Amino acid sequence: MILPDLSRATVAELSAGLTARQFSSLELAEAYLARIAAAQPTLNAFVTVDPDGARAAAKAADTARAEGKSGALLGIPLAQKDLFMTEGLRTTCSSKMLANFVAPYDAHIVTALKQAGSVLLGKTAMDEFAMGSSTETSFFGVVRNPWQPDAVPGGSSGGSAAAVAAGLTPAATGSDTGGSIRQPASFCGITGIKPTYGICSRYGMVAFASSLDQAGPMARSAEDCALLLTAMAGHDGRDATSLPRPKEDYSRELATPPSAKPLEGVRIGLPDVFFGDGVDAPVVAAIEAALVELCALGATTVPVALPNLGYSVPTYYVLAPAEASSNLSRFDGVRYGHRAAQYNDLSDMYQKTRAEGFGDEVKRRILVGTYVLSHGYYDAYYLKAQKVRRLIADDFQAAFAQCDVILGPTVPTVAPLLGAQSQDPIKMYLNDIFTIGANLAGLPAMSVPCGFAPNGLPVGMQLQGPYFSEARLLNIAHRFQQATDWHKRTPKGMNHE
Amino acid sequence: MSKWEIVIGLETHAQLSTKSKMFSGASTAFGAAPNTQACAVDLALPGVLPVANVGAVERAIRFGLAVGATINTTSIFARKNYFYPDLPKGYQISQYEVPVVQGGSLTITTSAGQKTVRLTRAHLEEDAGKSLHEDFHGMTGIDLNRAGTPLLEIVTEPDMASAEEAVVYAKALHALVRWIGICDGNMQEGSFRCDANVSVRRSGEPLGTRCEIKNLNSFRFMEKAIEFEVHRQIELIEDGGKVVQETRLFDPDIGETRSMRSKEDAHDYRYFPDPDLPPLMIGDDWIARVQREMPELPAAMAARFIADYVLPAYDAEQLTASLAFARYFETATNIVGKANAKIVANWMLGELSAALNRHEIDIENAPISPQQLAALVTRVQDGTLSNKGGKEVFEALWQSGKDSKNDIDAVIAERSLQQISDEAALEKMVDDVLAQNPAIVAEVRAGKEKAFNSLVGQIMKASRGKANPSQVNVLLKKKL
Repeated sequence: MILPDLSRATVAELSAGLTARQFSSLELAEAYLARIAAAQPTLNAFVTVDPDGARAAAKAADTARAEGKSGALLGIPLAQKDLFMTEGLRTTCSSKMLANFVAPYDAHIVTALKQAGSVLLGKTAMDEFAMGSSTETSFFGVVRNPWQPDAVPGGSSGGSAAAVAAGLTPAATGSDTGGSIRQPASFCGITGIKPTYGICSRYGMVAFASSLDQAGPMARSAEDCALLLTAMAGHDGRDATSLPRPKEDYSRELATPPSAKPLEGVRIGLPDVFFGDGVDAPVVAAIEAALVELCALGATTVPVALPNLGYSVPTYYVLAPAEASSNLSRFDGVRYGHRAAQYNDLSDMYQKTRAEGFGDEVKRRILVGTYVLSHGYYDAYYLKAQKVRRLIADDFQAAFAQCDVILGPTVPTVAPLLGAQSQDPIKMYLNDIFTIGANLAGLPAMSVPCGFAPNGLPVGMQLQGPYFSEARLLNIAHRFQQATDWHKRTPKGMNHE
Repeated sequence: MSKWEIVIGLETHAQLSTKSKMFSGASTAFGAAPNTQACAVDLALPGVLPVANVGAVERAIRFGLAVGATINTTSIFARKNYFYPDLPKGYQISQYEVPVVQGGSLTITTSAGQKTVRLTRAHLEEDAGKSLHEDFHGMTGIDLNRAGTPLLEIVTEPDMASAEEAVVYAKALHALVRWIGICDGNMQEGSFRCDANVSVRRSGEPLGTRCEIKNLNSFRFMEKAIEFEVHRQIELIEDGGKVVQETRLFDPDIGETRSMRSKEDAHDYRYFPDPDLPPLMIGDDWIARVQREMPELPAAMAARFIADYVLPAYDAEQLTASLAFARYFETATNIVGKANAKIVANWMLGELSAALNRHEIDIENAPISPQQLAALVTRVQDGTLSNKGGKEVFEALWQSGKDSKNDIDAVIAERSLQQISDEAALEKMVDDVLAQNPAIVAEVRAGKEKAFNSLVGQIMKASRGKANPSQVNVLLKKKL
């Protein structure tokens, strides 16, 4: 057995190793399980680890390979964000409400990744019900950033981001409602993509804000993201918002051989708003350096305007809580999940169950959402926000008439310290300014590592494209990654070999 | 003091006759063991999503076309949010601002004549489950079999002016939804449920405050409840009181309505478009196809019966009470010929209807097929059977049951019901009776009509009722 350095191994490399019989899937799974066990006390990236299930799946993959089967994900260990339903393995949404909930079915993307032969290692921690940007609202304790343990990993897919960055899994799934894949990817120095709304079925993904939620992959490279997305995407009749499009190979543009100017003809749109006062200097510096690199690869830049993007945060923080307030009504203690032990009557049962089962951030958003949908406020908040949402989407459409991709920082800052923002929700909400637009417009967007701040924390750049431009975004990121090594850097202390 | 006017609007929930639920694949069959027909979607497990049932949408379109309404090519599913244990998601998916069916009307016939009731809208929604408060020792049981069952809520304008009109409308609507095959109309099982909005005012005054009466699960209860409510409101106002807007429940045991909740207790349902469901788009081609497949509607069919079969309006209306009844009539009439349509109608509205009522079965399950009824009518028409004999054959066929392939002539022969129409045989009978009753003959010749009838009676008696009465009449007259 010759295992590669798992702190930096990519899915593509591991797949090649499995194909070459350098190691078995079972050996690989065991190695990752050992890394998880070693890192769990410090990082706390997983809510649930499933060694038995992982070993069984790995053995099955090895058997399948021995029988002549192959595939990019056959025998590849993965982690699922803990809001994707996994049959027989608990799905908590990092909430007390579902702390012991075991689903009787698999989410669509879980099924898809299982069918591709991947091996599920466990479920990663998140902000409770995906509400947050730091994974500090998890009922199962904070998750730490592998690059600096007193910094947050970002959120809400913070467990997945930390696990990939620390080499506890080669890749993981995330969900992105306002930046929950891209922001933690940026904070943890990994690559993540939120596809066009409707590309990945939401069936079996616990809904936060249904019109904004999308699943997507988080990995060590754009190439790996393409492999995962190809398996995850596809039409599902159980989700009425799933788009009936033919299956796509998102790796298809990556296969062309490298050339000196692989991005020839790519027009990069640069909106002012992404380079304004609120962006930290080290972040700006890293983005500008990345732009130089992209132009060296043949891309050109063009200024574009997104005049309404400034309204995206208030728009989002009306619409997302509105949908959430309704989506979370099913957690009522009647059929499953937490139920208060003592109560006087039905109303008391509801109140105590939900008061005990939900954390503060979830309650805050349910309250906001209930308020904006209330009689007399609906027009002023919900309806108005829907109109602004349309304007923001129109802005992007206009911008994409002039460019192929919009580039900027994923987040205005690098990862803040634990606790630094958790007492100030508004400040934390404002950090979502660059990521929310893609959710409101339903556009694909990804975060790609592009440098480090002087304090050693990673910086991510965001690429946003028109609808269904995932393959192109992934290719641009891939060409950048062929020319740079930001994505190959690993946090100190994570190489336990 | 000016006269009181009554203003009534009805909201009807018609359960659509789809095999699966409005937003899930679970079965809608009635009467299964609790919670055996509730899938992950109906249980509102985390992560599940609704998908609209195309069959339910199609039934809504069919209804809209049947009442001359506008089918909205884009309509919106909305969430109605409230907490209740038998509402698994914490919201009901319904349609709020933009329903699938808008406008339309239904023409009804009351004792005062025809009247058109305007429809406001009809929208698709899902039913809730059931809370079972008995048999659980103080706890409440939840049965989610009904959760997610597709409903079409049909709302009228406040166009009805009496309990009678409301009941006639409800019956007409009930007949229509069954006619077009979108609802089985079973009121015991809750497939067709009405709520009535009732208010009163003095002539010429603006609309009064209304009360909504729930739980009207029979036409009889509806009539009683509305009548009670009208009297209650009039008395209240005449005594100087004011009607309070509220929801009232009809208690059939005491025949009264009582307050359930006032407007102040009303929920803020926080309606908003369901983000899990894209707008419901209905293309013109879909509407056109449903239109093509639409059965002939009762009013049109009744008009055709009057024109084609020369039936009285009453008969035509009765024969088109249900599609199955009308089809039965046409099947039988096609066999016996248009000229005998009225005779078929008489049999159906007389003997057949009486038997169906007596045995409490639907026409679909009648043991006598339209082919058998046609044969019966033919045998009466050709003189083989007397009317009385026909009724006996009808009864015999009914008794032998639906599955029997009883040949009508075999039944007639077996029971010796064949009428004596043989001229020579009848003449002999007539001659014998005349010879035996010279005194009566003399009376007849003296002009006594009763004496003639007495002779007919004697002949019928002599033939054991089998003599053809009209032939007997003719022969007697000739001989006297």
